Amino acid sequence: MTETTTAAATNGALIRTKDLKKIYPMGLHKIEALAGITLDFAKGEFAGLVGPSGSGKTTLLNIIGSLDAPSEGSAVVMGQAIESLTHKEAARLRNRHVGFIFQTFNLLPVYTVYENVEFALLLLGDPPAVRRRKVMAALDWVHLADRAKSKPAQLSGGQSQRVAIARAVVKEPDIVLADEPTANLDAENSHNILQTMERLNRDLGTTFIFATHDPKVMQYLRRKITLVDGRVASDEAQDGGRP
Amino acid sequence: MTLLKLAIKNLLGAGLRTWLNVFVLSLSFVLIIFSQGLLEGMNQQAEEAMLAVEVGGGHFQHPVYDRYDPLTLTDAHGPVPAPLSALAASGRAAPILVVQGTIYPEGRLFTIQIKGVDPGQAVLDIPTSFLGQDTPGDEVPALIGERMAKLTGLATGDTFTMRWRDARGTFDARDAVVVQVMKTSVQTVDSGQIWVPLDRLREMTAMPGEATFVVLAQDAVPPPEAAGLDGWVFRDPDYFLADLRAMVESKSAGSSILYAIFLALAMLAIFDTQVLSIFHRRREMGTLMALGFTRTKLIGLFTLEGAFNGVLAALVGALYGIPILSWMARTGWALPGDTDSYGFAIGEKLFPSYSLALVAGTTLLVLVTTTVVSFIPTRRIAKLKPTDALRGRMT
Repeated sequence: MTETTTAAATNGALIRTKDLKKIYPMGLHKIEALAGITLDFAKGEFAGLVGPSGSGKTTLLNIIGSLDAPSEGSAVVMGQAIESLTHKEAARLRNRHVGFIFQTFNLLPVYTVYENVEFALLLLGDPPAVRRRKVMAALDWVHLADRAKSKPAQLSGGQSQRVAIARAVVKEPDIVLADEPTANLDAENSHNILQTMERLNRDLGTTFIFATHDPKVMQYLRRKITLVDGRVASDEAQDGGRP
Repeated sequence: MTLLKLAIKNLLGAGLRTWLNVFVLSLSFVLIIFSQGLLEGMNQQAEEAMLAVEVGGGHFQHPVYDRYDPLTLTDAHGPVPAPLSALAASGRAAPILVVQGTIYPEGRLFTIQIKGVDPGQAVLDIPTSFLGQDTPGDEVPALIGERMAKLTGLATGDTFTMRWRDARGTFDARDAVVVQVMKTSVQTVDSGQIWVPLDRLREMTAMPGEATFVVLAQDAVPPPEAAGLDGWVFRDPDYFLADLRAMVESKSAGSSILYAIFLALAMLAIFDTQVLSIFHRRREMGTLMALGFTRTKLIGLFTLEGAFNGVLAALVGALYGIPILSWMARTGWALPGDTDSYGFAIGEKLFPSYSLALVAGTTLLVLVTTTVVSFIPTRRIAKLKPTDALRGRMT
């Protein structure tokens, strides 16, 4: 399927899922992590998947990020049907269009802050001068330019997550997927991080989708999708204003 | 290029673990080159010694002579063919007459080969000039090697009785005096042999102008085996060195087990590190996949990381190996007392020899083995799901 034809099928939505199901075999039983999710996400959204543990938030995020494939239904991201992507095509989609932010930061320990952020650009094949400019700009956004030479082990939790944000946005992706980004942070750092992401969303137009059950995050969302037992229980717009 | 940079970065970032692996691998590197170099040096020294002392540029042998069959000695003599005589006259060849005999030092009996050689010859590196000196009585001047002296209890100046059969089969005996005990690493000109002046032996055996074989100088061109050589057979140096080379080959095979053990130990460390690395770095692999790495790239990255252990080991090995091995090659390695049992013509010191082929071959072997060993554990990555990797699970 080509990007153009699939994009037409999504009516301009950046992400569209339809009757999306994910079933995990568990011995003789099957666990339905997603039980038919139909959702659209437009460019520039600041949305969150909320709900209790096991409601399917991370599974949905993983499928949107092409880290996993649906068992049934379809997920079209940036015009590409996730269920029909090869490993290579999925890797290319992640590389070019999707940035990830993880609960545990997932910084590469042997690299400096600068190198961690630069990594995504290396994979894109950007020339050194362009890389340098973009990395320093990304570190400026997250106020960590002065820690460029530090190793992850020398950073606090909040600083580490800001590096992860810089890494996710440095390539200016269309979508940033953040899985419980504030779970390991205190209240002050959580707000700093969320404000940073909100600013990036506003300035760069990047679509942010969170998976969270942190009330602090929910306060920032402009769209809150509640998942219960793998189904959409509610999908509501919010002010998204700061607390 | 990116993979290469990342692999180096990751490898160096692993710190002590990397350097321990590299050190163990470099030790294997250096030990393999050292022990192979010893064997090559030993082979080289033995060949050079054999060529200088026994083989020269090859032998023209009497048609009946078989160096492995002493029974042929009775008939293995004849007039030296004219082309060979001419070569001998010009100093480019040395005729040797070999006769079976017995000696009786201090009443004991030893079966020996009596070899007649021209005292003035310069073809073989044997101190035959001592045979040219006069003896007090009518004794035959005799030159023996250290092994022979040790076996018979003879020393310079000792007299003993020597018995042989002449051309007509008649037994004859005469006293001989040891004019010199020579030191040589080549057993085949020493053990069970007594060197006497060629003219005296020809006279004693009634074989005037005869020889058993003629040794050519190393740089002499052998005359064609055509007319005028009376059927004398030319044996080139390779013929004589074949046994030595076969022995080296068999010893090499034995040594290979040792190299395999060295290498296996180093590879075990690499394999272990790779397995641990893949196990411990699952989350990192997941992150890399999330950033856009394919599984193939991941396999490439981890294999490269492992393979670079070999490259670093080569560099580290070169750092301390080159000075140590060069020093060994210059000063030699003093051998312990009785090295004759090894069956090689080696001197008191062994000088290892490191050829380019040896160093390049060992380097290639270690690099290829390291890469293969590094690759094997990474095959698990091919089944890795990004979501499992991110959770720190192995699929």
